[in-house]
Amino acid sequence: MSAVAVAANDKAFETVRTPDPEPRPIKIKASDVSVFYGEKQALFDVSIDIPERAVTAFIGPSGCGKSTFLRCFNRMNDTIDICRVTGEMLVSDANIYDPRLDVVELRARVGMVFQKPNPFPKSIWDNIAYGPKIHGLAKTKAEFDVIVEESLQKAGLWNEVKDRLHEPGTGLSGGQQQRLCIARAVAVSPEVILMDEPCSALDPIATAKVEELIDELRENYTIVIVTHSMQQAARVSQRTAFFHLGILVEEGPTNVLFTSPKEKRTQDYITGRFG
Amino acid sequence: MVSEHITGAYDDELRDLVGRIAEMGGLAEGLVSDAVTALAKFDIAKAQDVIFRDHKLDEMQRQIEERAISVIARRQPVAKDLREIIAALRVSADLERVGDLAKNIAKRVIAIQDQFHTKRLAFGVEHISEITLEQLKAVLDAYTAQDLEAARAVRNRDDEIDAMYTSLFRELLTYMMEDPRNITVCTHLLFCAKNIERIGDHATNIAENIHFMITGEQLEEDRPKHDESSYIPASYNTDE
Repeated sequence: MSAVAVAANDKAFETVRTPDPEPRPIKIKASDVSVFYGEKQALFDVSIDIPERAVTAFIGPSGCGKSTFLRCFNRMNDTIDICRVTGEMLVSDANIYDPRLDVVELRARVGMVFQKPNPFPKSIWDNIAYGPKIHGLAKTKAEFDVIVEESLQKAGLWNEVKDRLHEPGTGLSGGQQQRLCIARAVAVSPEVILMDEPCSALDPIATAKVEELIDELRENYTIVIVTHSMQQAARVSQRTAFFHLGILVEEGPTNVLFTSPKEKRTQDYITGRFG
Repeated sequence: MVSEHITGAYDDELRDLVGRIAEMGGLAEGLVSDAVTALAKFDIAKAQDVIFRDHKLDEMQRQIEERAISVIARRQPVAKDLREIIAALRVSADLERVGDLAKNIAKRVIAIQDQFHTKRLAFGVEHISEITLEQLKAVLDAYTAQDLEAARAVRNRDDEIDAMYTSLFRELLTYMMEDPRNITVCTHLLFCAKNIERIGDHATNIAENIHFMITGEQLEEDRPKHDESSYIPASYNTDE
């Protein structure tokens, strides 16, 4: 894989190629990551470099392990008792499976947006302020107001909700709720945002707005997105990784993967030859 | 195609495109072959037939374009599927141009019909035509068979046509200097030779598109070129 080859040449400053002219530094480095659910192995020795401030998409048929792998990035798999993760996972060169690591702090640095919008049953304002509050990022109401406005601005939701910040977040439309969840993730100033099929419950217009937002967010955040829509992966990502049966089959710059994939399995999947 | 799509209709549409290109290729090849025969034998009826049949080629190209655009819009093709469709679009455009060039040769056959001596003068043009026809046939076979090696061979052989064209250019110039009454015929023949050389270039384009279709790589413009007629100076003198 090209990223590994580049890494081998230059240990001191490892980079990943995207369609951009300049290669990007590595934000997340996974080496030989395997995941077991009890006896069953769900993911087999996955190694990948995720570029900083770019969008990386994981694609593959249902049950291929892409979501399982994504959930390793902020140790969401810890919440499942029988789940065991082996291998190494570095975020900003720090091992996130280090036992001394504060998982709550990790999840602030590596935020997550889920398939179904899941705003708290609270006001829009509280939804955004909740994270900064528990992480102690602000003290006064004025400080929180700033964070709330900035986060909603970044999520492209401010103009739609600024006059009803104290209405319940659950009263928004599905697309607005999902952008509220993105604003909530952004509010704690994460380095990485993980998105697990963020648009699969949204209509095409709401999907387009979220995709537009993802494109804006990549200026400041490293984004990893799991998607069932190959067109979405092609549209929003700079690198794409294809998983099948728990194996990372192929990964590379999105434009290359969608025009000339190297592996036959990738070719067959993206052209709709097996499901 | 290696394996089938989950949606069978998609396979049918791709096969239909490839089939239409093959049909168009056969037609274009026939036009070139007939135009060249018409030139060699000064067969006016054949020349008129070529001019008439070129319309069909234009119509087929329009249909291929419409269908390719429709597949792109409805199915968002990627990878090999996308490359096949892009190649179909480009190859059909090349074949349409090949038809135009054959038609232009046919028109010139009609224009020079009653000139004397033309058979001797046209001899060199026949020779370059033979090789060009071989190239066109080889590249169309390579397209149907998806044969990368055969396509490469076509691309590498084009310089032969270019070199032949340059020598033909000099030859026709000589005839014109020998007898100014030859100038009209030789000018027509020169255009015919240029048209045939251009047909060879389109065969090369098709070969490059076959390469792209199969490998996904775009070939660089590093092919050796032997058409040096552009550099023959105005002071060119046959006595030298």
